[in-house]
Amino acid sequence: MSSEPRVMLLIPAFNEEAAIADVVTEARSILGEVPVLVVDDCSRDATIGRAESAGARVLPLPCHLGLGGCVQAGYKLAHELGFDVVVRIDGDGQHDPRDIPRLLDALRNSGAEMVIGVRDPAQPGFRTGTMRRIGIAFFKALLRPILGRAVTDPTSGFVAVDRRALSLFSRTFPLEYPEIEALVVLQRRRFRFEEVRCRMRPRMAGRSSITALKSVYFVVHVLLGVFVNILRRTRI
Amino acid sequence: MDRFHLLLTALSLILILTVLRSLRQERIRVEHSVSWLFGGMLLLVLSLFPGLLSRFAAWLGLEGAPLAILLLALVVFVGIFYRQSRAISELKDMNITLTQRLAIVEFELRSRDEAGS
Repeated sequence: MSSEPRVMLLIPAFNEEAAIADVVTEARSILGEVPVLVVDDCSRDATIGRAESAGARVLPLPCHLGLGGCVQAGYKLAHELGFDVVVRIDGDGQHDPRDIPRLLDALRNSGAEMVIGVRDPAQPGFRTGTMRRIGIAFFKALLRPILGRAVTDPTSGFVAVDRRALSLFSRTFPLEYPEIEALVVLQRRRFRFEEVRCRMRPRMAGRSSITALKSVYFVVHVLLGVFVNILRRTRI
Repeated sequence: MDRFHLLLTALSLILILTVLRSLRQERIRVEHSVSWLFGGMLLLVLSLFPGLLSRFAAWLGLEGAPLAILLLALVVFVGIFYRQSRAISELKDMNITLTQRLAIVEFELRSRDEAGS
């Protein structure tokens, strides 16, 4: 008997009251029966209430853990509840839920453990900040020899993971700025990832958590994290 | 005893007594007090026996005892700070795991309540 994989949509959120209800509503209208889990990273605003009103289940964290700890909590819960696939999108509306079926198709057809939704370079009218552009270019160059392949946007938070990656990320997941390090964690286990080009939208509300001032800290932190993951003994 | 050694004795006594007081008041755990007490005792012994410190300085090729004591204090306290960083990191990891576990358990309890009602 072959059954359809159980899919969960995971949305990490921190102070996203302005956008979260629209993100959840839009995702539910497209995904139908797929459960939507919002992991609230101890927001100080009405994120929890807005997400629940829009029909999401909410996992509220009692302390602020940062993005990595917040996403991992969702992965852990999904893994324990027996989900086969988890799709993660941002809570600010940058990711278009209409792309999710394409991510799921790619996950099913490619045999890769993770699929990343990356911004289509040909997308007109989409501006990325200068610091972010420099950072992405730097990490793309750094990751290429480590991963043995090119990666279009290593900072994308639009990903779908299968049961194997879910199990891995439930046990080990980077704490801060997790996306780049997560690629190295995957590579160390000989897991594969594929990319799907998507149309990214401007965030509905709020500001990016990565400001220009934090950029230097971001680069040093991620750089260290990447090399620590390379040096670390692999535990499966 | 010259002024330098007197000051050193006083400082090491203050350090040892402060740590012992914190231990008595249960503000510091025994395993975290050992390195501070060790550092304090080392400073105390060196201040009470100036000859020891002079010989140590000569062995290192340093001019004068104060430089030697500074170097020694630096080594000891860098070691202590490193231990503290490790302890903080372990605590942070535990905190993250506990926070996630607590959230998940609460979520499951709530789900069970909702299913039951």
